[in-house]
Amino acid sequence: MCSNKLSWKVGAGCIALTTAALSLPMSAVAADTIKVGVLHSLSGTMAISETTLKDTMLMLIEEQNKKGGLLGKQLEAVVVDPASDWPLFAEKARELIEKEEVSVTFGAWTSVSRKSVLPVLEELNSPMFYPVQYEGEESSKNVYYTGAAPNQQAIPAVDYLMNDIGAERWVLAGTDYVYPRTTNKILEAYLMDKGVAADDILINYTPFGHSDWQSIVSEIKTFGSAGKKTAVVSTVNGDANVPFYKELANQGVSAEDIPVIAFSVGEEELSGFDTSPLVGHLAAWNYFMSVEADVNDDFIDAWQEYLDDDERVTNDPMEAHYIGFNMWVKAVEKAGTTDADAVQEAIIGVSVPNLSGGYSTMMPNHHITKPVLIGEIQDDGQFDIVWQTNGLVAGDAWSDYLPDSKDLISDWRAPLSCGNYNVKTATCSGQNL
Amino acid sequence: MLPISVISDCLGLENQTMVIDSICRRSLRRSVLTLILSLFGFFNLMWASTTYADSGDELVQTLSGELSGKSKADKIQAIQAIVNSDSSQKGVWLQAILDGDLFVEKKSGIVVFAVKNDKQYDLISAVDGSEVGVVKKRALRKISIDNSIRRYLKSQIGLLAIENKDSAVRLAAINMLSDDVDVESLERIRVVRVKEADENVQHAMDLLLFTHDLKNGSAKQKEAALNFADGKLDSELLNALKVVAEDDSVPLLSEKATNMLLDAQSKRQWYSRVEQVFFGVSLGSVLVIAAIGLAITFGVMGVINMAHGELIMLGAYTTWFIQQMFPAAVNYSLIIAVPAAFMVSGLVGILIERTVIRHLYGRPLETLLATFGISLMLQQFVRTVVSPQNVAVINPVWMSGSWAVNPALSLSLNRLVIIGFCLLVFASLVFVFTRTGYGLQMRAVSQNRQMAKAMGIRSARVDALSFGLGSGVAGIAGVALSQLGNVGPNLGQSYIIDSFMVVVFGGVGNLWGTLVAGMSLGIANKFLEPWAGAVLAKVIVLIGLIVFIQNRPRGLFPQRGRAVED
Repeated sequence: MCSNKLSWKVGAGCIALTTAALSLPMSAVAADTIKVGVLHSLSGTMAISETTLKDTMLMLIEEQNKKGGLLGKQLEAVVVDPASDWPLFAEKARELIEKEEVSVTFGAWTSVSRKSVLPVLEELNSPMFYPVQYEGEESSKNVYYTGAAPNQQAIPAVDYLMNDIGAERWVLAGTDYVYPRTTNKILEAYLMDKGVAADDILINYTPFGHSDWQSIVSEIKTFGSAGKKTAVVSTVNGDANVPFYKELANQGVSAEDIPVIAFSVGEEELSGFDTSPLVGHLAAWNYFMSVEADVNDDFIDAWQEYLDDDERVTNDPMEAHYIGFNMWVKAVEKAGTTDADAVQEAIIGVSVPNLSGGYSTMMPNHHITKPVLIGEIQDDGQFDIVWQTNGLVAGDAWSDYLPDSKDLISDWRAPLSCGNYNVKTATCSGQNL
Repeated sequence: MLPISVISDCLGLENQTMVIDSICRRSLRRSVLTLILSLFGFFNLMWASTTYADSGDELVQTLSGELSGKSKADKIQAIQAIVNSDSSQKGVWLQAILDGDLFVEKKSGIVVFAVKNDKQYDLISAVDGSEVGVVKKRALRKISIDNSIRRYLKSQIGLLAIENKDSAVRLAAINMLSDDVDVESLERIRVVRVKEADENVQHAMDLLLFTHDLKNGSAKQKEAALNFADGKLDSELLNALKVVAEDDSVPLLSEKATNMLLDAQSKRQWYSRVEQVFFGVSLGSVLVIAAIGLAITFGVMGVINMAHGELIMLGAYTTWFIQQMFPAAVNYSLIIAVPAAFMVSGLVGILIERTVIRHLYGRPLETLLATFGISLMLQQFVRTVVSPQNVAVINPVWMSGSWAVNPALSLSLNRLVIIGFCLLVFASLVFVFTRTGYGLQMRAVSQNRQMAKAMGIRSARVDALSFGLGSGVAGIAGVALSQLGNVGPNLGQSYIIDSFMVVVFGGVGNLWGTLVAGMSLGIANKFLEPWAGAVLAKVIVLIGLIVFIQNRPRGLFPQRGRAVED
């Protein structure tokens, strides 16, 4: 309820009420366990995406316990609900680390919630795994970015449209917040770099939850009828997508004429759509439920069995948690302790299976290697994979296409131990942008 | 050849609207498969079972490796091989590939049609139509295609049908051809065009041929094409005109093309204004329909109901629930959903009024907080009972697609329906208020409760009924809004602020004010949007509203009554 729209009017009541509505941490005190914090919103606007990740974590922890736990101890999940309220993420993270003394946290979805948790993690030196694709331009000692950086999602997607579909005109449509703005800035620079004229790029931002897409779709249609192949790169966030695609269909824009490639639409979101107007539109991810691999089939079986629902889908951030959790387990085993510094040292270079049949490795910049897949939406809400990168792509924290960040590198190994080292000036600013 | 004619029948509907397309596809799938089955069964009865299959029918099987492989180039070659073959089944195969119905069974490598049956898939051989068995999805590999292959397939299927007997099928077939048809096919269409009798098909064919002529034809062809293009607004033609206008080799033609372009552009501009007004009115009608329930509870009764949005949400969920209950009657579900949503939201509204609001009359701040609490409870209730995920509400066929007035202007049907529906709801409410005894009582209570009581009106009952009416109308709004956007636990939040804005702007306690306010906010928003962008347009409208309210605190149409005298 504490959405951006409402806050000025009912802000005070909102805070009071949500604080009152908080669920208590469900930790049954056991003698000797390793505690794992789960920091995902279970109420409020983001509950739609984040509850699934909470369930994923509970399942992974249960499976690990069945295998005998970790370092001879059982794992114990501590679940808290930050209620889609960004400042509350910081409070809840502090509660997890200081009061519950968790060894690791898995959590956050939106970039703003991650930014809110970041200072707490760094102050208390506790690791967190962040499972969602994001805009990059950040590398923290305490955060492991298991979702895609822009070069693992947006740039390959644009390459696909340019080379395989032959797109010459570009609409960059996004919701008005940090992830789309930064991604579009990178994409614009990248397209210009590839020789696309400024006239052939249309950038458009809409508010959160935008529901009236008539004029924007009409603008896209006009923009796309100039005789050159046009594609839409959409960073439109969750909820606003349904009316967007519906309007595209109603105004007769088909995927064959103007394909829309989305970075935030996955299987989970599609399960709330009537997908018939979307068939043929695209999405770029590092994992699709339809990936053909035995390990994926096993994961889907385990997931559907865990929730006792054989209609439930899996998606990309779930895979990110799967990879992140296994990496953490492996690093703890390697280090022989859950101590944050020891784990941090051990985890770089750790390689675990991902769900598309290969291996993902933790890089020194705390990002991981992943394949990039492009899928076309089908009428059953699944994706047909139409393209994928030949090998794995390593996540790049600092984009090479932005003037501010192209000289920055991140390497958390000694002796550099810096998330934002400027190779030109040979300094470590210690600042994330 | 029989299955192809079924496909073609469906093609007649295809391309007109997306949903018709999908429905058609679904029924097509079923009919194709039953037909294939019955066809093969028939053959089996008549002749010894193996004699009918000529070598062409094995083609799809021999290509199975290429079709299901990872290489796109191989896949395209395999599909081209099917197109160029003279197998009697090629239409069925191409259509099945287009629809994503053709699979390869992983173990045996047999090419099959697969139909979902509960959680399993029934397999039917693509070669001889025999039933192969029932498997899980995992045992199948789909012959998947991407947009470029889909385009090619549509063109090829279209070419197969351009000489069909049914003119609707021919029209659809022509529309399926992409702009970049090869020269050979164009010559074929030229030949067919001469024999064509149906006006619409003639026009579609001309459009394709003349567009091509403008770009690549001889000077004479170009001149003929220019004559055809005169006064037309289709964007393909205009793009081709640009090519002629920029080509200086024949000055006469390029000059003519330039003039025509200017003419067409000014016309298009005019139509885009009309479109903008339409967009504005349709956004306005959404605002009005969301706000009109509030105009009763807040406007007339003076209750600040923060749970209004959640009552809308309940209406939308009722629509979803009814679609789940009667999956076969999705096209009529809205007709049942309207009264059902009215009942559900209305009853919840009465319950809220009787249990909470009744005790808080005259204490607006407490009412605000209490109803805000109720709204959180209702949200979490839906989140817990149904799911935190959005649910999929299906658009009925008659609300999908658009009505093309001309090539430059088309109005989407769902918006048209909602504008009409909004006006209908508005008219009925005005009727209730001004022409019925109950409406009279309600107005009396709102203007002077003590006096109304003294006249023998049971004011408590009128309060409950009015609140129920306002809530019920919110439920109806939910039915309408479920057709435009998401249906999820947060649906109400996106409309509550807008609703208050409309009611306050229009003047508290005035239905006409709500209508005018909603429409003018909608139109202002849509005219600002192309110029300022969606985010800024909203900001500007809000600032304008604040300035307006400061100057005229009682809104557009101030009302005399209890609210004012308090």
